[in-house]
Amino acid sequence: MIEIRGLEAAIGEKPILKGIDLTIKAGEIHAIMGPNGSGKSTLSKILAGHPDYTVTGGSIRYQGIDLLTLPADQRAQQGIFLAFQYPVEIPGVSNIYLLKAALNAKRRAQGLAEIDAFDFMQLIKAKLALVQMDEKFLHRAVNAGFSGGEKKRNEILQMALLEPTLAILDETDSGLDIDALKIVAQGVNSLHSKDNAILLITHYQRLLDYIIPDHVHILSNGKIIRSGDASLATLLETKGYAGIIQ
Amino acid sequence: MDNRNTQINQFLNKEYEHGFVTSLESDALAPGLNEDVIRTISAKKNEPDFMLQWRLKAYRHWVTMTEPAWAHVHYPPISYQDIVYYSAPKQKKEALKSLDEVDPELLRTYEKLGISLKEQERLAGVAVDAVFDSVSVATTFKEKLKEKGIIFCSFSDAVQNHPELIKQYLGSVVPYRDNFFAALNAAVFTDGSFVYIPKGVRCPMELSTYFRINAANTGQFERTLIIADVGSYVSYLEGCTAPMRDENQLHAAVVELIALEKAEIKYSTVQNWYPGDKDGKGGIYNFVTKRGACRGDHSKISWTQIETGSAITWKYPSVLLQGDNSIGEFYSVALTNHHQQADTGTKMYHIGKNTKSTIISKGISAGQAQNAYRGLVSVLKGAQNARNYTQCDSLLLGPDCGAHTFPYIEVKNPTAQIEHEASTSKISEEQLFYCQQRGINTEDAVSMIVNGFCKQVIKQLPMEFAVEAQKLLGLSLEGSVG
Ligand SMILES: Nc1ncnc2c1ncn2[C@@H]1O[C@H](COP(=O)(O)OP(=O)(O)O)[C@@H](O)[C@H]1O
Ligand SMILES: [Mg+2]
Repeated sequence: MIEIRGLEAAIGEKPILKGIDLTIKAGEIHAIMGPNGSGKSTLSKILAGHPDYTVTGGSIRYQGIDLLTLPADQRAQQGIFLAFQYPVEIPGVSNIYLLKAALNAKRRAQGLAEIDAFDFMQLIKAKLALVQMDEKFLHRAVNAGFSGGEKKRNEILQMALLEPTLAILDETDSGLDIDALKIVAQGVNSLHSKDNAILLITHYQRLLDYIIPDHVHILSNGKIIRSGDASLATLLETKGYAGIIQ
Repeated sequence: MDNRNTQINQFLNKEYEHGFVTSLESDALAPGLNEDVIRTISAKKNEPDFMLQWRLKAYRHWVTMTEPAWAHVHYPPISYQDIVYYSAPKQKKEALKSLDEVDPELLRTYEKLGISLKEQERLAGVAVDAVFDSVSVATTFKEKLKEKGIIFCSFSDAVQNHPELIKQYLGSVVPYRDNFFAALNAAVFTDGSFVYIPKGVRCPMELSTYFRINAANTGQFERTLIIADVGSYVSYLEGCTAPMRDENQLHAAVVELIALEKAEIKYSTVQNWYPGDKDGKGGIYNFVTKRGACRGDHSKISWTQIETGSAITWKYPSVLLQGDNSIGEFYSVALTNHHQQADTGTKMYHIGKNTKSTIISKGISAGQAQNAYRGLVSVLKGAQNARNYTQCDSLLLGPDCGAHTFPYIEVKNPTAQIEHEASTSKISEEQLFYCQQRGINTEDAVSMIVNGFCKQVIKQLPMEFAVEAQKLLGLSLEGSVG
């Protein structure tokens, strides 16, 4: 599904990613773990097409296309979804409006007609139930005044609605209490299928108890220094980053 | 960062849509202003003597006045002798009996602007008066309104057919002495719209005037007078556009509203005069005096404006709350891009008892634009229990634009309750990226955020126009976010 080869990237003059190789196939769940500042969010934003980062080397192929040539909105329409580590607030714009606009943008890109209001309400109610969110969140401004946990759940609500091909979850677990974490994990698991893939970015083993990855990668100082199966996360938990990075 | 700025800038640099010129033969005076010009205008319009005398008084007063300089706007001196004060599309006959007699080229102009006068005539919904340069070219639905006793016609027709109403109300809210531009307008205005809603009548459709400046070097000086008699209701909308020209053109209009006891007037404006190009060349100087008088008890006047056009906007739609329990409202969105300047706001004069006013102002600036809210809430001595709520929000798109707020409050009665809230925010790159990551393109994302910011005001507009206004806000910003 996605092949990242020798990816190097900088913000301004400062190099952050220093040669990343990563292949994710349909149906897989990958986890990237790594200390603060190792470049995890940078990688996720580059995949999503954030214009602040400059790709200085390497390539990314996604479903046979050169991903780096596509602007962010088209990447999203092609099924790339990023659940942000820090979801931004958009005062004045209601959540339901954004959700509908996002869904319709994707439908247009697929040559489908805009969804009618009734079908949309049916659909969104089902998705709300999946993440156990109250309907009142639909009518509040996007993330405005949401608690940390509510913001994260709102990201998963959007993911559930947009049914991405490749979902990147950037520290979706941080700021969630254990109950919320279970709900989010259940939601993500139920969205996972053999046709899509998930890239989990996390700091802690905790989330991986609920969403079991096929592959775990450890990112340090802009490079993947070690890859393995789910047991690598457990090893990391006992040894700490220092023990693994050396 | 640079990527984003260019992306945003391309978006904000889109061209003005209504910039075409209609070629029509016109009947115009030579540029310049003196008493003879005024006499000529008055004679061309076959006006009764009281009108000519009023114009002359206004002119004689105007020559003693100087242009106001207190607004937060800058422009080179206007040469009032280089302006053409009368320009009318040539018509074959003196008076038009139906739309069929209107020059087809003119009708096409309105079609191009998305206002089909023929359509409007056929479909129920909105009655339109179209003012082209200095004269009114067509008023639709006249007959249907007449059945209810409603008068909706060009100002010129009203002077001919209802001189008693004109005599009674003209200048009664905005006297010619009021200010420099009001005096100029009184002296030279050539047409505009007139509305009278009789006692107890609820006007069954939106009334709408569409103003279009076409000819070069022409000033547009129109005058609107709306009288809502006891217990009546009317909702009125004006829209405006002009061709793209390198020279600045002056638009100095006057609008007077009178609401008698228990009457309500809702006046909405979607102003999209040519704003000038992205370097600040050309554009309309929109210097307008709008004021309503809530003369009767329990009367209500509500101004809603969406100001996206003009190089410079200088206007303060105001309400004189004379009647007890009267209500004044002002809902405004002023959007400035590139080198546009806007100094706009309102004045609420609380005179009667238990009067109430609400002011919601949303200023949006992009490019190098400057946007100022200037408002006055004045509570007079006898205005027992006056209440005002003011909210002024500014949204900045980019680092080079400015937002300014000048709220003035004068309270002479201790029972008054005045509340004021203000905020300034920016559209951030992260907000845009968030939307884009959800598949929404930059243009739609900016319009979505801007429209969200303006929602409180947009929802005051009649449905049909709300949609148009939302589109317009998106378009006016195309080519500009940062
Ligand atoms: N906008 C930015 N400007 C400057 N430096 C940045 C910016 N974003 C990230 N960085 C730097 O890049 C490095 C990687 O950051 P990030 O990808 O957020 O790490 P992680 O998500 O792994 O904690 C850090 O050193 C951080 O300070
Ligand atoms: Mg991070």
